[in-house]
Amino acid sequence: MTRDARNAWALAAPALLVLLVGAAGPLLVVALFSVMSQGPYGGVAWPLTLEGWSRILVQRDIFDGTVSINEAHLVIMWRSLWIAAATTVLTLLVGLPTAWFIGTRPPRARTLWLFLVTIPFWTNLLIRTFAIMEVIRNEGLVNTVLMGLGITSEPIQILFTDWATLIGTTYVYLPLMVLPLYAAIDRMDVRLLEAGYDLYASRWGVLRRVILPAIRPGLIAGCVLVFIPALGAYVTPRILGGGTNMMLGNFIELQFGQGRNWPLGAALSMLLLLIVTAALVVLVRATTREERP
Amino acid sequence: MRAFDARRLPGFTTVAALAFVFLYLPIATVVVFSFNALPSMSAWGGFSLQWYREAWANEAVQEATVRSLVIATVASLASTALATLAALATVRQGRFRGRTLVYGVINQPLVVPEIVTGVALLIVFGWVRSNTGYQGLGYLLLAHTAFCIPFAYLPIRARLETMDPTLESAASDLYASPMQAFRRVTLPLLGPGIAAGLMLAFVTSLDDVIITEFVKSAGQDTLPTWMLGQFRRTLTPEVNAIATAILALTLVLLTAFFLTTRKRA
Amino acid sequence: MLKTLTALAALLATGATAQERQLQLYNWGDYTSPDLIAKFEAETGIDVTLTDYDSNDTALAKVQAGGHGFDLVVPSANYVPIWRELGLIQELDLSRLPNHANIAPEWRDVDWDPGRLFTVPWQWGSTGVAVNTSAYSGDINTSDIFLSPPPELVGKINVVPEMNDIISLAIFNVGGEPCTEDLDVLRQVRDLLMAAKPSWLSMDYDSEAKLSANDIMAAATWNGPSMRARLNNPPVRFGYPQEGFPLWMDSVALLSDARNVDEAYEFLDFIMAPENAALISNYARYANGITGSEQYMDEVMRDAPEIVIPEELRGAGVFLPTCPASAVDLYSRIWTELQGS
Repeated sequence: MTRDARNAWALAAPALLVLLVGAAGPLLVVALFSVMSQGPYGGVAWPLTLEGWSRILVQRDIFDGTVSINEAHLVIMWRSLWIAAATTVLTLLVGLPTAWFIGTRPPRARTLWLFLVTIPFWTNLLIRTFAIMEVIRNEGLVNTVLMGLGITSEPIQILFTDWATLIGTTYVYLPLMVLPLYAAIDRMDVRLLEAGYDLYASRWGVLRRVILPAIRPGLIAGCVLVFIPALGAYVTPRILGGGTNMMLGNFIELQFGQGRNWPLGAALSMLLLLIVTAALVVLVRATTREERP
Repeated sequence: MRAFDARRLPGFTTVAALAFVFLYLPIATVVVFSFNALPSMSAWGGFSLQWYREAWANEAVQEATVRSLVIATVASLASTALATLAALATVRQGRFRGRTLVYGVINQPLVVPEIVTGVALLIVFGWVRSNTGYQGLGYLLLAHTAFCIPFAYLPIRARLETMDPTLESAASDLYASPMQAFRRVTLPLLGPGIAAGLMLAFVTSLDDVIITEFVKSAGQDTLPTWMLGQFRRTLTPEVNAIATAILALTLVLLTAFFLTTRKRA
Repeated sequence: MLKTLTALAALLATGATAQERQLQLYNWGDYTSPDLIAKFEAETGIDVTLTDYDSNDTALAKVQAGGHGFDLVVPSANYVPIWRELGLIQELDLSRLPNHANIAPEWRDVDWDPGRLFTVPWQWGSTGVAVNTSAYSGDINTSDIFLSPPPELVGKINVVPEMNDIISLAIFNVGGEPCTEDLDVLRQVRDLLMAAKPSWLSMDYDSEAKLSANDIMAAATWNGPSMRARLNNPPVRFGYPQEGFPLWMDSVALLSDARNVDEAYEFLDFIMAPENAALISNYARYANGITGSEQYMDEVMRDAPEIVIPEELRGAGVFLPTCPASAVDLYSRIWTELQGS
């Protein structure tokens, strides 16, 4: 090894050690647990088996022993996927104009606007989820206003439904979409826009054919940065979903508590990790491709 | 006729304005109602500091606050130190073999969903706990330091990359040893980056919910986990007061962060 | 600098502040009177830390996983034999519990702990339905409220995630016997629960806050939260399902690997004093198993419909026995299917 490399490893070693013990290493244990058998009252036992993984999709009916697709699990996974996807779309629809707005401010004002967008992001997740809960509950702001304006006569039940979770995740991850979009917009050459208009394109045309392609890395980064945490959301569905609208994260936790099926919980965790890694590969591919001259 | 602005897109400003309202309205509600004299989130009963007084007097809150601050302080200091070393390794030592792996491990907490890490640590630390009987703060400190490392690493690395490496060679030209060069040239120049890393790490540790919830031992609540527990019990506006207090602290730290990393004109 | 580090290291190693007596209590949420804890801490100087759980299964799973660090736990009667069988709780040294004599005669020699050698009474109550009568004016003394809900209540119901209670209510609703392993009955139970679930809004431990805030209009829950909700929100009434409803008692047990055993004994003895047992009852609004505590209880408790079961419904109350492992296994599978959907 070159002297540079030796120094590099020596310098990086402490950080790597801490991360391996306190973050990355334990993931290997989870992978192992996903192929072990269910312990009698929780925990795991030998022998190795693929039942944890197969239980994700397949179940044996309790009463007649027929093997069938575990619909309940599919419902939860579908819910996680559609909420994560919907969150991505919603944050994109709201985030793009916001990022555009910030990007078109005079340079010195932009820092202030960025700061304003970042504050909610760094506010504690619990506080933000709690804040949304207070706004959408039956006696909260939204319903009070709607009833006060006469639009509805009874409070709309938003809390403890899938919509509450969706509103919550959109609220929580919006800044994550705005920041990469802004970064891409900031780097965009304004003359491209002018060229588009010079060629008689409409506003909509310029948006579709000039702006969006130009900020593509930012778009992809934003989408992935929102999709990943939304898929693995835990706190938001727990507080806003009321225990009946579980997402993957809550369902995983259940297996280590009341569910007492550690191998299933471990397998689900690995599955979540795989999906997340796949999304990341997409991100890395898309952004590095753009950097090639 | 109004001058044609190539950058104007119809409706975008309205949506942006609504977005900002959307972002701040719920938080504003929490803050405003933390000063409510009535224990309600929809009816205003006048200005009062009672919830702050109650939260201040609440023993569980006091313990949780102290614990949160201790963990955040230790974790941010440790992770920043480790991240500085790691940044030096990845930026200053050229393209050594395995550099991508180092990147991967360092950024791992950013990409792995917290629930997965939480569950993994629950298993591993649970095993250690049963076999050693150690119930102390160590697990939380280790876990927090680990996931704070990438947050400290990013600003330090950014700063290091913009630093002029010739300054260090100038130092060695003047017969400074590598250690001296580091202490007297690199470190001071790296200052703002390290400060930024410290603050980001501190805020990240203070805010963590999921990993802390899974790793903590009996009775080791931090402020966020205490709040999470409160969601199961009767919610009082005390939680609003605590949330506002945490928000204020985060705001102070973030302002400091922005001021330190502001690009000098 | 070195001294600070050593001091910090010592702090980490012991995991406790120096020279402080501690007790780690693991109990149901919203079930421990803060006044009781304050009084205990003042009298003994022991610092009590309370961690809560939302169901018997959660507590069992957590303690079984090992390394939990708790000293006392409060399981329900029908779970106590499971805890004993797994060796998780230890036999009590009665000579250290002078107040043991205060245990009411009817709660002393119980099937699940004859002579009370392992547990000490905490509170007892019933599981039924709480209904906001301003939303529904029909008969509330039926488990149909949450199993076949009337249209006014659909989408506004909370069900507590306590497997034993809810499955038992469902079994009684279809006419089965407690601890039944009859597959036909259980199939009906499973189908009934799965069909009812879409009309529930949430499956959460906390019914009281939701009922008080009108987030929900009905709940399958215990009599204590129902009474507390009523005191906040008068139209809320507790219904005793005539098809059959569970009666239960929660008791405090000493964990086998408890580390603060002396402090635990002091606490166990403390809660068997009548005035302290009354503190517990006054907070959570349940009856307790200690003789002589009535005189210390709040006025509202005396004739409260949630505490005094109406004559005609008394026969419907069934003290849940401990079911054999095979039955529990079946119920767990139904429950997992229910929770995961």
